[in-house]
Amino acid sequence: MEAKKLIVSASPHIHARTTTRGIMLNVCAALLPAILAGTLVFGARVLLVTGVTVAACVGFEALYCVLMKKPVPVGDFSAVVTGLILAMNLPATIPLWIAIIGAFVAIVVAKQLFGGLGFNFANPALLGRIVLSVGFAGRMTAYAFPATDVDALASATPLAAGVRGLDILPKLLVGAHGGVIGETCALALILGGVYLIVSGIISAAIPVSYLGTVALLSLVLGQDVLLQLLSGGLLLGAFFMATDYVTSPFTFKGRVVYGACLGVITCLIRFFGNMAEGVSFALLLMNLMVPYINDLTRQKPLGGVRSK
Amino acid sequence: MLSKWKRSALGANVPHDKSTANMATVTMPLPEKIILPMQQHIGAPCTPTVKKGDAVLVGTVVGAAGGFVSAAIHSGVSGTVEAVDTVLMSNGRKVPAVIIRPDGRQTPDPACVPPQVTDHKSLIAAVQACGLVGLGGAGFPSAVKLSPKDLSAIDTLVINGAECEPYITSDNREFLECSESLMRGIAAVKQHLGIQRVVIGLERNKPEAIDLMFSLVKNDADYTVLPLASRYPQGAEKMLIEKATGREVPRGGLPSDVGVIVMNVTTASTLGKYLTTGMPLVKKRLTVDGDAIGSPKNVEVIIGTPIADVLDFCGVKDDVSKILMGGPMMGTAVVDPAAPVIKQNNALVAFGPQLASLPAPGACIRCGSCINACPMGLSPVEIAGAFNRCDTDALDALMVDLCIGCGTCSFVCPAKRPVTQTMNLAKGAMMKAKNGGKK
Repeated sequence: MEAKKLIVSASPHIHARTTTRGIMLNVCAALLPAILAGTLVFGARVLLVTGVTVAACVGFEALYCVLMKKPVPVGDFSAVVTGLILAMNLPATIPLWIAIIGAFVAIVVAKQLFGGLGFNFANPALLGRIVLSVGFAGRMTAYAFPATDVDALASATPLAAGVRGLDILPKLLVGAHGGVIGETCALALILGGVYLIVSGIISAAIPVSYLGTVALLSLVLGQDVLLQLLSGGLLLGAFFMATDYVTSPFTFKGRVVYGACLGVITCLIRFFGNMAEGVSFALLLMNLMVPYINDLTRQKPLGGVRSK
Repeated sequence: MLSKWKRSALGANVPHDKSTANMATVTMPLPEKIILPMQQHIGAPCTPTVKKGDAVLVGTVVGAAGGFVSAAIHSGVSGTVEAVDTVLMSNGRKVPAVIIRPDGRQTPDPACVPPQVTDHKSLIAAVQACGLVGLGGAGFPSAVKLSPKDLSAIDTLVINGAECEPYITSDNREFLECSESLMRGIAAVKQHLGIQRVVIGLERNKPEAIDLMFSLVKNDADYTVLPLASRYPQGAEKMLIEKATGREVPRGGLPSDVGVIVMNVTTASTLGKYLTTGMPLVKKRLTVDGDAIGSPKNVEVIIGTPIADVLDFCGVKDDVSKILMGGPMMGTAVVDPAAPVIKQNNALVAFGPQLASLPAPGACIRCGSCINACPMGLSPVEIAGAFNRCDTDALDALMVDLCIGCGTCSFVCPAKRPVTQTMNLAKGAMMKAKNGGKK
């Protein structure tokens, strides 16, 4: 063997196939059924809104990084995921310029100003949605009517209309009712969520504890369990927003606690607050609690006692 | 579920790539020279006992143990000492070494006779005379390991045959080819240390070895064969002890603190061979594999053989870009292939350009994969944070000193961050702060 230059590096010398980009692309794939369902229910404008929101998110990320002379990280697809989730949170009737403002808030204010991927204190898409729903309350609740169903509920979501869940169960499952683009079709959301869990991208701990807590509290407080679970932003929030890595706890224990707290706050807002919907603010509040939850639910190392 | 509540400790699903598992060991022809560094173990270096021009035989002592925590070094060839020189080891350290040119006759040293072992003391003397060290990779002198402070507190001997690194199958071959010496070595330790129970742990990816072990121990209630999940790092000492006995080795403590001694299968088997032949540790089986190796195989190599010779014997390809001593998870990258094979080596892995290149690190996405995979139940991402802000108190609270450097966190990281390196640096920083500025 001849003398030659060898690469010398610290162990380990092999790495798992999972990459950040792969994870983000999987999340995009998991969102596709909901986007498709939204398009079928609300019409082709859904695609326009989604496309513009995603393009704006990627564009703002690239622009910011170029201006700040940082490497442009759009290849990791995290901005695409943010754009898709933000679009899911907008009604199909939203003016495009409002969607672009949402993208700015999500990418520049919530994400890049705090240091970019991994440093945002709250879910960027969530912050975008909250800013828009506070700033443009009317436009944000101008829900489209399902394009196919003349019997559809009026302007309000089922949660605000106060109907019985069992009576409209098929409508809830296919999403044939008023709401934002990505939250109405329960089947598509559950399909995407199960895909993420099965492919190991997210742990089941957060969605299960979140949905379980909401179901339990609804039952105890005499609310309509099916309606509470299947309508509003709960499924979208539980599967796609609460499970955002950066803003959720690390350990299994932490994730169960986090999901349960989300459930409690969501129910408190829904049942006792003056808003029909509580998922967004529950998520925002709990995003801020994550560092404390991490502190309190850290796993105990093997042999974590000092020998005498 | 309940155990997950406390600690997920998932480990990692590393690829197995154990293509050599069913290949019988082949013996390598004599090398042109052997290089015997005086440090092939953890502890004090040896002192050379020969000088240039001396004639040595197979089994002759060439390096005397430099203290209790040390292990003698023997020549694996008969021939002439060419030089006593300083050499660069594969880990980059410079140590004195005895260089021997073989005469080709391989005459055994008449001083190598089977030892008389009657009690603990004579067993330890035999282990010392054998130059035995932990052959799983650590290289800790076995005589020290077999002399715990309180011998009466030891109730379990765990034989580590997990062999959880990818590629490596040398322990698997040891089970299959040397089971008799293995059982003899185990029996000697069991008898003279007065240990009640023996647990032989192997990963389930070695079905033949598991079957063989079951058939060998079936009539003895003191022996347990424990098939383990094939999950990295199953063979790490503390993990194996927890699996075998349910006991947790305390922070800063040793296996003997919980009544356990762990021995690698090849170590026990080498002891068994020494007890019948009196020939000390001068040969070692290596798995030679990797995508830059033309014909991967298990090779019996005389300790001191240059790495390049072993690779040539196994048809190393021209595009070899990285050579590892040991497996790809914990192995050390070789700087100079002229460096010799030493006692605790169990594999040489050679990678071509593609496998040798490192992925570019991205931003941490705080997915928690490292936390959930860490076999020790540490929190690497939080440790990295504490290290970056130079918070040594937080590092202490996060118990970074428990890190075993197994590489699982770096392996699972989707952002391809060098987490294990950060853990090592953090460990160093914490130790330095605790010992008042000294490392």
